[in-house]
Amino acid sequence: MYGNQESSHMTQTNNENVVEISGLKYRVGDKVIFDRLNINIPRGKITAIMGPSGTGKTTLLRIMTGQVLPDRGRVFVDGKNVRRLDTDELYDLRKEMGFLFQNGALFTDSSVYENVAFPLREHTRLPETLISHVVLMKLQAVGLRGAAGMMPAELSGGMARRVALARAIVMDPKIIFYDEPFVGLDPISMGVIVRLIRELNDSLGLTSIIVSHDVDEVNSVSDQSYLISNGKVVAYGTPEQLEHNKSAWVRQFMKGLADGPVPFHYPAPDYAEQLFGGERF
Amino acid sequence: MRLLREMYYILLDFLQSMGACWLFLLRILRCIPGALLRWRIIWQQIYSVGAMSLVLIMMSGLFVGMVLGLQGFNTLSKFAATTALGTLVALSLLRELGPVVTALLFSGRAGTALTSEIGLMRATEQIAGMEMMAVDPIRRIVVPRFLAGAISVPLLTMIFSAVGLLGGYLVGVSLMGVDPGAFWSQMRTNVDLWDDVINGLIKSVVFGGACSLLAVYEGYYSHPTAEGVSRATTRTVVNSALAVLVLDYLLTALMFHGV
Amino acid sequence: MRQTRTIEISTGFFIILGFAALFFLATETTNIGAYGDSGGYVVTASFTNVGGLKVRAPVTMAGVDVGRVTAIRLNPQTFNAVVSMRISNTYNEIPDDSTASILTSGLLGEQYIGLSAGGSEKFLKNDSKIQYTQSALILENLIGQFLSSKASSGSK
Repeated sequence: MYGNQESSHMTQTNNENVVEISGLKYRVGDKVIFDRLNINIPRGKITAIMGPSGTGKTTLLRIMTGQVLPDRGRVFVDGKNVRRLDTDELYDLRKEMGFLFQNGALFTDSSVYENVAFPLREHTRLPETLISHVVLMKLQAVGLRGAAGMMPAELSGGMARRVALARAIVMDPKIIFYDEPFVGLDPISMGVIVRLIRELNDSLGLTSIIVSHDVDEVNSVSDQSYLISNGKVVAYGTPEQLEHNKSAWVRQFMKGLADGPVPFHYPAPDYAEQLFGGERF
Repeated sequence: MRLLREMYYILLDFLQSMGACWLFLLRILRCIPGALLRWRIIWQQIYSVGAMSLVLIMMSGLFVGMVLGLQGFNTLSKFAATTALGTLVALSLLRELGPVVTALLFSGRAGTALTSEIGLMRATEQIAGMEMMAVDPIRRIVVPRFLAGAISVPLLTMIFSAVGLLGGYLVGVSLMGVDPGAFWSQMRTNVDLWDDVINGLIKSVVFGGACSLLAVYEGYYSHPTAEGVSRATTRTVVNSALAVLVLDYLLTALMFHGV
Repeated sequence: MRQTRTIEISTGFFIILGFAALFFLATETTNIGAYGDSGGYVVTASFTNVGGLKVRAPVTMAGVDVGRVTAIRLNPQTFNAVVSMRISNTYNEIPDDSTASILTSGLLGEQYIGLSAGGSEKFLKNDSKIQYTQSALILENLIGQFLSSKASSGSK
């Protein structure tokens, strides 16, 4: 029974890819978020998923981590069919994952040290000295060993995100997900995060998946990127390939132009008619 | 016709939230054995939920007891039965005022804190973060708080009643001059361990469970916005008060055989 | 770490306080501390009328609490009330010819049983029966007696 499942996984997944998504359909109410989306994410690389706000990039991460169940499609992560896992199996899979939330999602009632130690305390029975070693090592990796005693409220946005990063890698995951890691950071913090993503990926042998719409930062760190819009993959390639993509939409997105295939105006009734036609809002 | 329709929907909403609340209780109960292993977390929650409410409960208990002493004395003196003051104060506190007032104060002081705390954890993605770290938030966040509330309320109730009794004694005996011997001996004749003390304790256990359940439920399912959390907090107080008063009637009818 | 310790100690204090309050209420407001259901011995007495006597009413001797009423039944043969009372083991030398009377404390007060000692050398023990009893004074009967005595003295 178990062997069967294992072999069926083997036939369906390629060992090169950590995440394989095909034919993904997901809708919220009448709004179609994903329509037959296909994405493969190779092992050991940094892959970015880009797209305008509201295209469901974060939802895609949540589908990969089993926080959200899609309507249709195959979602394999690390060889496991995420949609078929029960809670315990899903939690086992998540122990192999690190997830960096947009706002860090630090526990506000405990210190930086305790935040980073949290997964260790929950999942292991390590003695206090060993926990201390691991926590300080991870904080050192993000350059915040000196802030171990601080409370999350005392941290700047960039520092909070680095602490959250230290917490995300404390269990030595295989895959790490970054949800909008560059949003709302000053240039220096941005540089620090970019450097950390690269360094952690290479030194820990991780697979990194970044969801973002910050084109420049993503291009400076990612090995390849997916561009998604209207529920479909619009373009895929290395930053350079995307740079030279001929599609008008890709150009508009990569260059950040105000008008183009995506119009400046949200669909609305005729302006003159609404102003003078007596039609009130 | 429209009114009927509205009422139908209100009834439907009510039934739905009742059902959801019960299911949530079942999830909590399933997680209790796992959570008990981490008794330290529960212990710390008892501090913020119970020990921090101690001053409020003791002050309220003292004054409720003093008012009972004063009112009771004035009424009983009309019948030249002031020796029954001890009985009156003790029975009022043990059977009704202790459990009910403590539960109401608890939901105002600690229930709201639980709701807003859990609601804010939801709003700031701390709960989602916990799930991503493969930790069940029901077991780690909800159950310790629920248990702490359910343990604290009976203890607070006993403290409330004991302090209230002293308050009644203070006013009745020290101020109004009721004979202390009559105060205590009349009380001892008329107060029964099982009928009064233990039944009051059972009431407070039920109230504690209900108030804590409502508080964590509202927090866990609050909308993750500032407005959502504040609405949830209000609902906690309102629903807890209603639940306590309705349950109090039902329990009283059951325990004291008079519907 | 020190802060955690303070929190944990305060919690312990709170819990102990709660249980102390429960203990206080259980022992000080009820009769449980004085006479458990097991301690002491049970004696019975029959009365023609117990008036408003209730279970758990005190049994006293010279004003001192010595026990309490545990049950009140009607004897279907004699139509008398049979009162069982549990008396503390401390008072195990009560003469077996003592009298049990139903008395009232205060005008509207509770009724209780008063024992007045007899002169016998034998003592009451478990399952003894008190022979001499004096029933409760019923207000209506008293008034009736008072009125008829007035009437008879007036007609003289």
